[in-house]
Amino acid sequence: MKKSALFAAICVPAFLAAAPLAAKTLVYCSEGSPENFYPGINTTGTSFDVNEHIYDNIVDFERGGTQVVPGLAEKWDISADGTVYTFHLRKNAKFHSNKNFKPTRNLNADDVLFMFERQWKEENPYFKVTSPNHSYFTDMGMPKLLKSVEKVDDYTVRVTLNQPEAPFLSNLAMQFAGVQSKEYADAMLKAGTPEKIDQEPIGSGPFYLVQYQKDAIVRFKAFPEYWGGKAKIDDLVFSITPDASVRWAKLQKGECHVMPYPNPADLEAMKKDPNVTVMEQPGLNVGYLAYQTTKKPFDDVRVRKAFNMAMNKKAIVDAVFLGSGIPAKNPIPPSMWSYNDSVKEDEYNPEAAKKLLAEAGYPNGLETDLWAMPVQRPYNPNARRIAELMQADLAKIGVKAEIKSFEWGEYRKRAQAGEHQMAQLGWTGDNGDPDNFLHTLLGCASAQSASGSNIAKWCYKPFDDLVTKAKVVTNQAERTKLYEEAQKIFKEQAPWFTVAHAVQLKPVRKEVVDFKLSPFGRHTFYGVDIKGK
Amino acid sequence: MLRFIFTRVSLIIPTFIGITLLAFFLIRLVPGDPIETLAGERGIDPARHEQLRKEYGFDQPILVQYGIYLSRVLQGDLGKSMITQEPVLNEFSSLFPATIELALCAILFALIIGLPAGIIAAIRRNSIFDHGVMGVSLAGYSMPIFWWGLILILLFSVQFDLTPVSGRIDVLYYIEPITGFLLIDTLLSDEVDAFWSAVQHLILPTIVLGTVPLAVIARMTRSAMLEVLGEDYIRTAKAKGLSRFRIVALHALRNALIPVVTVIGLQIGVLFTGAILTETIFSWPGVGKWLIDAIFRRDYPVLQGGALLLGVVVMSVNLLVDLAYGLINPRIRHTR
Amino acid sequence: MTTETMEAPAVAVPTATPPHPLREFWGYFSANHGAVAGLVIIVAVVLVALLAPVIAPHDPNLTNTAIALQPPFWQAGGSISYPLGTDPIGRDILSRLIYGAQLSLLIGIAVVTLSIVIGTVLGLVAGFFRGLTEIFIMRLMDIVLTLPSLLLAIVIVAVLGPGLMNAMLAVALVILPHYVRLARAAVITETSKDYVMAARVSGAGTTRLMFKEVLPNCTAPLIVQASLGISTAILDAAALGFLGLGAQPPSPEWGTMLADAREFVLRAWWVVTFPGLAILVTVLAFNLLGDGLRDALDPKLKR
Repeated sequence: MKKSALFAAICVPAFLAAAPLAAKTLVYCSEGSPENFYPGINTTGTSFDVNEHIYDNIVDFERGGTQVVPGLAEKWDISADGTVYTFHLRKNAKFHSNKNFKPTRNLNADDVLFMFERQWKEENPYFKVTSPNHSYFTDMGMPKLLKSVEKVDDYTVRVTLNQPEAPFLSNLAMQFAGVQSKEYADAMLKAGTPEKIDQEPIGSGPFYLVQYQKDAIVRFKAFPEYWGGKAKIDDLVFSITPDASVRWAKLQKGECHVMPYPNPADLEAMKKDPNVTVMEQPGLNVGYLAYQTTKKPFDDVRVRKAFNMAMNKKAIVDAVFLGSGIPAKNPIPPSMWSYNDSVKEDEYNPEAAKKLLAEAGYPNGLETDLWAMPVQRPYNPNARRIAELMQADLAKIGVKAEIKSFEWGEYRKRAQAGEHQMAQLGWTGDNGDPDNFLHTLLGCASAQSASGSNIAKWCYKPFDDLVTKAKVVTNQAERTKLYEEAQKIFKEQAPWFTVAHAVQLKPVRKEVVDFKLSPFGRHTFYGVDIKGK
Repeated sequence: MLRFIFTRVSLIIPTFIGITLLAFFLIRLVPGDPIETLAGERGIDPARHEQLRKEYGFDQPILVQYGIYLSRVLQGDLGKSMITQEPVLNEFSSLFPATIELALCAILFALIIGLPAGIIAAIRRNSIFDHGVMGVSLAGYSMPIFWWGLILILLFSVQFDLTPVSGRIDVLYYIEPITGFLLIDTLLSDEVDAFWSAVQHLILPTIVLGTVPLAVIARMTRSAMLEVLGEDYIRTAKAKGLSRFRIVALHALRNALIPVVTVIGLQIGVLFTGAILTETIFSWPGVGKWLIDAIFRRDYPVLQGGALLLGVVVMSVNLLVDLAYGLINPRIRHTR
Repeated sequence: MTTETMEAPAVAVPTATPPHPLREFWGYFSANHGAVAGLVIIVAVVLVALLAPVIAPHDPNLTNTAIALQPPFWQAGGSISYPLGTDPIGRDILSRLIYGAQLSLLIGIAVVTLSIVIGTVLGLVAGFFRGLTEIFIMRLMDIVLTLPSLLLAIVIVAVLGPGLMNAMLAVALVILPHYVRLARAAVITETSKDYVMAARVSGAGTTRLMFKEVLPNCTAPLIVQASLGISTAILDAAALGFLGLGAQPPSPEWGTMLADAREFVLRAWWVVTFPGLAILVTVLAFNLLGDGLRDALDPKLKR
């Protein structure tokens, strides 16, 4: 090849381009670009999916579950009063290296302290680097919760809390608490380029970053010295493909192996494809239509009930979710403990609905608005289409509903202020506790706040008593009873038309071995293998 | 001529400032802000929201914000994206080659087909070929290209499995960006297979983006040729008994090309509009998609910087075209 | 310059029996088969739009999830009562296309009217007053032209909020510069001619001059531009609809229909094919008409 010799001569860095990759490459068609490589300021699952492979946490969630398991900390002790956590770190966790930085030591307590302090202490030189908005750290209440974080010795860290907090460990397993290298941070600070640590990341995770091209590709290689053992695949590639139909087309053709968020429209074909398995798991979420219960006409429970009966839930869920969702009768998903299956669903009955509406003083129907989110959400693939179907159903009982929408941030703010009559919204749980749904979304406290999540503005004493009590009781059996009762009251009072629980669906090619769905919707490829062609 | 250049260049400055003004204030009129948009269902505590706005400097009077922005722009600092925290200029320069590569291929495609088609149509005026070319090109000109892209994917990628669905290159090839143009980078790194992969990925987007310019070029070439062919010197050439080929190739074409080149130059703005749609359909990692995302995420610095940079590109190309045209055609110089 | 000196004598020399200008126009126009075809299609679209309630087989917004995504009648599983199939929530595509014609015509005509009126006034003002006013107006138009038009339209819609009205406003704004430039150029050419000089000398006011004398003389290029502009307007509004920023569902605007059904492209080709075809055919018709008008009205090409 004369030509190739010529090119090689012209271009010295030619050797930089690797030969076609080895057999064990797993391609994941991700839905978008990561924000950056510092999980502390990330807000999207897309970014977390990337950074999760690069960084390790003190503790982890077990793969495919919600149980907390050891991570960088081999073990930990919790004081009797639940306020002091002592973490014993493993000694064999090594950091990656890149062209700017070669680590001289293994991961130790300094790095863990750095993780906390960077997000916590404003005087930390890194607090404002890249961005001062450590949103998850703040949202999880860490600044108020933490009293002190101390280094006991090189491999022991003691965290003291202001008050006991059961979900603290689970919170540390969330990706925002990924540990960066303090040594790298110091070196870059000295070099005057502190933001480099968030652009050319060094972590101790199972994969290291090789290449990132915005909107095109994120390429990792397995880190051979990973403390948990080298990953089974050699190369991990995120092929960024925002369009769901295109992701599916690529999966079909074998251009990628795993894809998230399929188009409900393509599910039928996916299930028929012999090369593809569609994995599914009900998600920790609910999509609903909230009635503004402090405004006419929805301050009358009969109107709310009538509306619930007028809308054909099954038809709506079938048409819009197309198999990617199950009709919801309770405000919490069926996979959550305390789910009350004995609650009776309002039956679809336009005739009865019309009668009830007449009883409530609206024999000729009424006019209302009907809000639909402008964006696709995990619990609702197409709010607009749902609204159209609801509108059509409501028209049959003489209700004229006008569909309205706002810019997304604006939408949520206005709904939280209670400006709507009927508004769709939903929720995705973070820690698997019913309190996270029933108290957060339907309690009086959040109904009364202008930025609370109770957009039905529904404050009903008997219900609120139950969920507030369940918050302080520790016995789970007792809590279950309280929550079951609360769900019954919820159904009677009908502050929401519960629409659906979205099912998490992941089309995966057959050659992928041991990919596990995460209840949190994460995409983790450590531990996954791929069969040769 | 100097005076002409000077007037043309001086016209750029107010346009430039106008773009910064327009981009800066328009995006701030869009309801919602990036902090809100990122907050999701949880929302954000108003006090914390205020604090973050302060961090980003949004609490200052808007004119002060604009002043700070403009002075930074003049120092070459376009700011950082609010979403990725990456400097806008870096993001632009990593994405722009993809757009340029696609745009150049589209123009090339349009020229290779449009020029000959226009010429032949002109020579065979009123023939079936002529009517065919004009009909097809008018259809191309009327094409909703977002739909055209979908249909082509449906046909060629899904139905016949001839081309890849989206992206710039098969992800299995790892090409270190040298120039940012994959067609060049793949060859530089001596990866012939990767080169072919890049070519295959380019085919459909090129056709989609090239359709409208192709139509314009074919029509323009035809009418320019017709005009030139009717001129006296061509008749003279014919009378002298020169062969038809020589007349067309040597005399007519050269003169007909002037307006055609101008039109191509002026198509660049239209091309970027097309690029926005084409990149959206083919998940092409270029600046068009980047800007659309920025609008939806209220990423002020990206939108301001991106609009400004694109504006500069368009202005520069227009200026070059104007200057070239002024050089070729002295009449233009003097009428202004 | 050259064209003017050639035209003047052409007007001055009276022909033996001058044909009525309209008849002459029709003579040129009807010789152009493409233009006539365009006109026929447009008339058909207008009729369809006007008669939509009569000819549409179904209510365009009537959902019926039981018959969602039925293919067109000639395919297995299709039925003649939904000739072009149904969309994802069981609405008749043909009926939606028929009602969509109303919207597309409305968009085209409203947008062009708006930008012609505003554009002509701005152009006339710029052409008459020259100086600072002209510089200001023309720079502004340059800025608008420099930014990719779709980008600008998207930002404007983002500011105003998505919706048909706002999308039309945005499109009208981004195509404005063409009319301003056209009108200004025409004014500058016309004002240097004798009849304006004469009118001015005889004491005609500027406004009167602008609208009574000059405007009628630059209507021909404006008419041509208007007809071509309608097609641009329909295309741009559809593009906005496609990006989810134009008319909002359930409105049967063609671009919105496309966007709304885009996710079904792999499963049901008809949901994206027909709305796109409708856009293509309508836009093509207006372009054909515009071409025909230009040829018929442009004295240079009549030779």
